[in-house]
Amino acid sequence: MSDLPLTQRLDALVASAADLVAGTGDLDALHALDVELTGRRSLLVEAKRELGSLEEDDRRAAGQAINEARQRVEDLIAARRSELAAQQRQARIEAERLDLTEREPARTGRLHLVTQARDHLEDVFVGMGFTVAEGPEVETDFYNFEALNLPPSHPARGMWDTFYVDVGDPGTVLLRTHTSPVQIRVMEATEPPICSIMPGRVYRRDTADATHTPVFHQIEGLVVDEGISFADLAGTLDAFTRAYFGRQVRSRLRPSYFPFTEPSAEYDISCVFCGGVGCRSCGGTGWLELGGCGMVHPNVFAAVGYDPERWTGFAFGFGIDRMTAQRHGVDDLRDLFTNDIRFLEQF
Amino acid sequence: MKVLLSWLRDFAPLAGDVEYLGDQMSDLGMAVESIDQLGAGLGEIVVARVVALRAHPDADRIQIVDVDAGGETLLQVCCGAFNMAEGDLVPLAPVGATLPDGMSIGRRKMRGEWSEGMLCSPAELGLPADDDGIMILGRGDDALDGSAVGALLVDALGIETDAVFDLEINPNRPDALSVAGVARDLAARLGEPFALPEPPPLVGGTPADSVEVRLVDADLCGRFAVMSVDGVTVGTSPAWLRRRLEAVGLRSVNNVVDVSNYVMWELGLPNHAYDRDTLARLDGGPVVLSPRWARPGERITTLDGIERELATGVGVIADADDVAVAVAGVMGGASTEVTSSTTALAVEFAWWQPMAVAVASRLLGLRSEASARYERGCDPGAIELAARRFAQLLVEVCPTAVLSGGLVESCGELPDPTVVTVRTSRVNRLLGTALATTDIPPLLTPIGFGCTGVGDDELSVTIPSWRPDTSTETDVIEEVARHLGYANLPVRRPAQPTTGGLSERQMLRRRVRSTLVGLGASEAMPTPLLSSDDLATVGIEVPVVTITNPLAAEESVLRPSLRPGLLRAVAHNSAHRNPDVSLFEVGKVFVPADAPGVLPAEPEFVAVVLAGRSAPSAVSTLDRLCDVLGVTCELDAASPAGMHPTRSAVVRVGHTTVGLVGEIDPGVLERLGVVGPVAWCEVDLDAVTGAGGSPHPYRPVSRFPSTDIDLAFVLADSVPASVLRSAIATAAGPLLVALELFDVYRGPGIEQGSRSITHRLRLQAVDRTLTEAEVGEVRDAVVAAVATDPGARLR
Repeated sequence: MSDLPLTQRLDALVASAADLVAGTGDLDALHALDVELTGRRSLLVEAKRELGSLEEDDRRAAGQAINEARQRVEDLIAARRSELAAQQRQARIEAERLDLTEREPARTGRLHLVTQARDHLEDVFVGMGFTVAEGPEVETDFYNFEALNLPPSHPARGMWDTFYVDVGDPGTVLLRTHTSPVQIRVMEATEPPICSIMPGRVYRRDTADATHTPVFHQIEGLVVDEGISFADLAGTLDAFTRAYFGRQVRSRLRPSYFPFTEPSAEYDISCVFCGGVGCRSCGGTGWLELGGCGMVHPNVFAAVGYDPERWTGFAFGFGIDRMTAQRHGVDDLRDLFTNDIRFLEQF
Repeated sequence: MKVLLSWLRDFAPLAGDVEYLGDQMSDLGMAVESIDQLGAGLGEIVVARVVALRAHPDADRIQIVDVDAGGETLLQVCCGAFNMAEGDLVPLAPVGATLPDGMSIGRRKMRGEWSEGMLCSPAELGLPADDDGIMILGRGDDALDGSAVGALLVDALGIETDAVFDLEINPNRPDALSVAGVARDLAARLGEPFALPEPPPLVGGTPADSVEVRLVDADLCGRFAVMSVDGVTVGTSPAWLRRRLEAVGLRSVNNVVDVSNYVMWELGLPNHAYDRDTLARLDGGPVVLSPRWARPGERITTLDGIERELATGVGVIADADDVAVAVAGVMGGASTEVTSSTTALAVEFAWWQPMAVAVASRLLGLRSEASARYERGCDPGAIELAARRFAQLLVEVCPTAVLSGGLVESCGELPDPTVVTVRTSRVNRLLGTALATTDIPPLLTPIGFGCTGVGDDELSVTIPSWRPDTSTETDVIEEVARHLGYANLPVRRPAQPTTGGLSERQMLRRRVRSTLVGLGASEAMPTPLLSSDDLATVGIEVPVVTITNPLAAEESVLRPSLRPGLLRAVAHNSAHRNPDVSLFEVGKVFVPADAPGVLPAEPEFVAVVLAGRSAPSAVSTLDRLCDVLGVTCELDAASPAGMHPTRSAVVRVGHTTVGLVGEIDPGVLERLGVVGPVAWCEVDLDAVTGAGGSPHPYRPVSRFPSTDIDLAFVLADSVPASVLRSAIATAAGPLLVALELFDVYRGPGIEQGSRSITHRLRLQAVDRTLTEAEVGEVRDAVVAAVATDPGARLR
């Protein structure tokens, strides 16, 4: 080989290197070949050592030829290297292929439907400037009835079927029949202005059926300040109605009777199912009955030591369970409290 | 309270269609629950005579009826009822007619026989009915003239289209428990005149020879008036009276009782007719009616045939022998009932103390239309009118009746007429209105409130006797609002004087809930009402608060723990092939107070039940809970009642026990029919919220390298791993930034009854790189300390 002219020898070398490089199967083999073709003991390096015996001009030309050959070999190797790297990556990626749907869907936890509704209600009212007050579920007759303008043997007490408990004298301690006793406790504890909601669990001595459970949840509100009027009540409930049920839902008040408010009103909202034109859910009336409200009765203020001439206020309240069950199409309220996971996981 | 439109119109014109009038009543607070349109859809029904009844050749339950409907030929009709006879007059819906319920009648074949129309039952026509079967309009020549055949049913029966409104009357509207009261309110709203009937005055002298009134207890009875009637012939009421009563849901009994009920319904004043001949007489003289309080042990059999024991607090009417013959304001007695053989009446018109009737009704468990009216407060001023109306109607329906003069009466304590001062400024403050004083009387006078001006801002308002509920300025303001119409009152948002927000506890509760939901648990909401058996089943034996009047034994005790409810939920799901549920609850439990008369404590707990999982899962859940609660807890091995004796611990924060964790006792699970294990943890939020304290200060993150050392110690099984962990942490001191238990080994190389526990300690300083010497010091200190207490040997 050394008998041939340098350029021919270099061409032959590059040609054979091209075959060798193309024949490598992986990066390790390519690396070994790289050492063999361009390393210290390679023909290219050896050829460079021979340059010393040449004339100045020949040496420059030969050197240039060797460098060019070396460059061509290195380009071949580099090209092959990225080719092999791409193949290797492709092989690895193929080997790692996963079907991401080969799985059992995870069981996630859920908040109870009533909690979701209660949280949402609280959030809306907090946004309207209300705080959230709570009170005991076992109450005295005073807080549950008497202070709410329901003195003993008031005929309207029959509106609430009451569970009594074995605390104190018989008939004096009971399971609260509404969240209203919390109003009394809040007013006893603080001076106006008051702007609070009172959500919570209440008890009625009612036989359970599709539309009644002896244990259920209510939320009520109380606003007391100087100059609060029925207009503020109507405006507050209307703002709440739109915020909670949707912009297009309207509210209306109808005369009613509650011992602890006067004037009293029923609070209705336009039917959220039919938009107010009348359907099965609203009995064709276009309205859904939500709860009761009114101006705080002067006797209630008297019971907590507020001057009814100075302070005026309004209160409102409604049931959470029935409202939320209706929204979700739950026909039987008892289903809310059976705690069947097939029910709980739907919400 | 049902009212009939035609009856309402006896008092006022009430212009407008049925829906409009219904809306007005609802808007006045007399909520219309339903409207029943009478006679609607009857326009095509004709009267037909049954000419022949024939058996259907192919059906037992259908017969063929040939009817004459006034046409040239007889019509053949198939009918499933068998209550008619040849010659009867019956209603026929001819082919092409539509029934009130919308059903249209076509010519059709029934089992091979043509039916040219349908014979109708009262129910199919929307008419009141006593019996099933086809409505019989007349038998033979009775009742309806034969010429009625082919006539329209509405003409033959004189049916006018009418409407029944079923109203929900609020307890503060006793006046609206009468047709007249509803009409008065409605006429006022419509701006129409209203007038009560004006029956002729009662004539003749006082019938002292037949009846004597001895009012014993003036605090029971405000006024007691009796009318005496002779020559009575008890019989059936005329059709118009029966129809009105039946339309409002009252059963027609006989002419006397029907008149009594009619007057009550119309004017709101209950009244009672006694068979005068059944009342004891005073030495052969007059009968005596004597209102007084009942004596303990006294008995009476009421009209419903039930013998009742009376008690103090119940009012009665006694006769000359001082025997109770009626329960005051509630129900008459059976022994003096008007029967078909009655010829003389004593008719009572009275005003009873509302509270007396309420108490009697409750004590006796007996409610009646009379008690419902009296306990809300009747109009004492209506007695005269009611008596005259009774007399007028009785003579009309029983022409033989002879009134024995005027009323015999006696008065007790009657409420004084109420006069209320109403300030216009107060009206406006409460309603948000801008009314002038002169705007108010036009709203109040049409409903009978007398108004006289006192000053620019004040009116003196006299409350009518039929509104005993109204006694204060606020009561009158409500009337102003009602007649203005709630929809016409102003609407505004209050200027918000306060800042809204949740309390610390309320925010914490939400964080706890979302943490547990994030762990895959669903929130359950079991009832807090349990039975004593529920507690025994889960092995809990603690004092409880008991309901004294439960509806059922299953719900007679307030829960002292969340465990019975959640375990019952697990059992329910397990029985429905979902054995591995994870549930949690945040809720109150009830702990009786030690001192008598003190309300029970109501601590709030969070509890988690993990069915199909063992104790370590519960501990891990507890760790997450403690993290969100911001407390560090210690576990002390324990065997709380109902928990697995060797797989449970009480949870302690500092020196306070705040909960428990572990597995449910296998015996409990067996009783519940649940296959274990079931992991459990519960924490008393009230107990930990105190322990949490303020948020802990920031600990700077070090920029210097850390060093890990692994230490394996051999520890006796009798010593909890947590003891070793805290000993290591204490001995390692402030350089310890992380401590991880990463291996527990039992087996060869470790003596029986012990295990090797390996911890990785990460040591780091905030201000420097630790030297090997420093790390060595910590290592030696830890090894030395745990060798002493808890006696762990470096492996």
